[in-house]
Amino acid sequence: MGLRAFFDRLEPQFTKGGKYEKYFPLYEMVESFIYTPKTVTTVAPHARSYIDMKRIMTYVVLATVPCILFGLYNTGLQTNLAIAELGPSGWRAAIIEALGIGFNPANPLANMLHGLLYFLPIYIVTLVAGGIFEVIFAVVRRHEVNEGFLVTSMLYTLIMPATAPLWQVALGIIFGVVIGKEVFGGTGKNFLNPALVGRAFLYFAYPAQMSGDTVWTPVDGFSGATALAVGASDGYAALPAHGITWMDAFIGTIQGCLGETSTIACLIGLVFLLATRIANWRLIVGCLAGMIAFSSLLNWIGSDSNPMFAMPWYWHLVLGGYAFGLVFMVTEPVSASHTNVGRYIYGALIGFMVVMIRVINPAFPEGMMLAILFGNVFAPLIDYFVIQANIKRRAKRNA
Amino acid sequence: MAQTYRSQLIDPLVDNNPITLQVLGICSALAVTSSMQVAFVMALAVTLVTAFSSMFISMLRNQIPSSIRIIVQMVIIASLVIVVDQLLKAYAYEISKTLSVFVGLIITNCIVMGRAEAFAMKNPPIASFIDGIGNGLGYGLLLMVVSVFRELFGSGSLFGITILPTVNNGGWYVPNGLLLLPPSAFFVIGLIIWGIRTWKPGQVEEREYKIQTVEAH
Repeated sequence: MGLRAFFDRLEPQFTKGGKYEKYFPLYEMVESFIYTPKTVTTVAPHARSYIDMKRIMTYVVLATVPCILFGLYNTGLQTNLAIAELGPSGWRAAIIEALGIGFNPANPLANMLHGLLYFLPIYIVTLVAGGIFEVIFAVVRRHEVNEGFLVTSMLYTLIMPATAPLWQVALGIIFGVVIGKEVFGGTGKNFLNPALVGRAFLYFAYPAQMSGDTVWTPVDGFSGATALAVGASDGYAALPAHGITWMDAFIGTIQGCLGETSTIACLIGLVFLLATRIANWRLIVGCLAGMIAFSSLLNWIGSDSNPMFAMPWYWHLVLGGYAFGLVFMVTEPVSASHTNVGRYIYGALIGFMVVMIRVINPAFPEGMMLAILFGNVFAPLIDYFVIQANIKRRAKRNA
Repeated sequence: MAQTYRSQLIDPLVDNNPITLQVLGICSALAVTSSMQVAFVMALAVTLVTAFSSMFISMLRNQIPSSIRIIVQMVIIASLVIVVDQLLKAYAYEISKTLSVFVGLIITNCIVMGRAEAFAMKNPPIASFIDGIGNGLGYGLLLMVVSVFRELFGSGSLFGITILPTVNNGGWYVPNGLLLLPPSAFFVIGLIIWGIRTWKPGQVEEREYKIQTVEAH
């Protein structure tokens, strides 16, 4: 029996009057994941495109693949490096030992597998916990279960520290899905990025497990400041002395969240997103320009007491979550500005805020998450002014 | 009298709650709800001030010229707030230090002014007094609900008595730091409003605009 025939046979059960009418969103989710949706737009404007939301979301998930792969490798690498000094502990180490793979940091496969043992539990918990709430809302509100959640859950997983307790992971994604998205009406109406809302919730609710020196590498007793924390205390010039060269940071073999350390992996994703025209290049240009301009300005102003002032833009680019946020969060089409001029302004605002938070606010060594959420909040306002300016200009021209 | 005293007391609890329906007095609800004890004292203070200010304003309502009525109301409310502030400083110094500026800010609490304008200026003193008590109770009820949530999950205790032993004290509960920050009250109050309006759909406001449906199912 063909798959199509199977769906056709099942469908009457779920459509109006059917036995499982209530669960139509669930049926729709599975069916349209496999086949092109049958529904078409019935009212103007009609935009024709081979690409629908599901394909967009799938492309974004594809774009994160380099980050995932490198994240697996790097998480394993950092862990194995630490194990070489401190010795193995925990159930993951037991599995690795049982499989006889060992903890050699020079063996990429051993690193990948070890990284996978950290990545998978967090990802599965994210999918299950967030997915349950996603489906509850879809059933109660009678809207579709959207592939947007696949993107949200993947991005959310990639910005978790490897040591994050799983119950916190679940709590964060639930908060992100419900408060960040569903209360505003679901995908397409979320003015904030749900993955970042969840992350920010955890950051403020459980700072001890989400930031600091001990959370990035999951080995008992390990403590090591992140590159940005070193930069904040000793200045970027001291980073190579801590074993972090610019190249390390660019490739991503440094401490950090699961999948955000590698700038090069993010850039590969960016090329893919730009080539498929899912990411809008104006956002990228704006965000880079804002960051470069403001960090250069701070370089020029200088400061005797705050070494972060001296950090040049090419270091800002490779440290922390800047590259990851730039590629996957700033470009998120729903929460960004919708006008072309607005996109430059929106990007520049985020670029400016990142540097502002990193350099000038002593409480937060990293600022990408907060900067993007800040930008999200301002996006509708930016659009409003852009549109008003346009209206005024046209009125003047035709006066 | 359209309302009985009983309904005046009970209506503001849920059906006409000053915070969840009228969305008044939010700022103090954000600031003082991280611990139940403080929230309780604050609720008490606001209830007393609202009740007595409504009563006094209602007594004077026929003498107050309408052009300067706000100033007269402010004088009465401010005097009462000063009395409450001094009483707290005398008998509950620690709590008054935690409440700090928020006791003084009862003067600007929209609920007090709102009841004076909307009710006390048009109704006799006893009714106004009961109306003030009712609205103060509505405010207090919400403050208590929010602070139960915030104190229990934020620091694992209720009225300062440990319920969930926290990790720092050798227990198992990891306190949620966000709930100790004032913005968390926004989420909590928002969720409560959501809950109440699901329970009583009559409270849902009319949409200011209608979102066009694009797709016909």
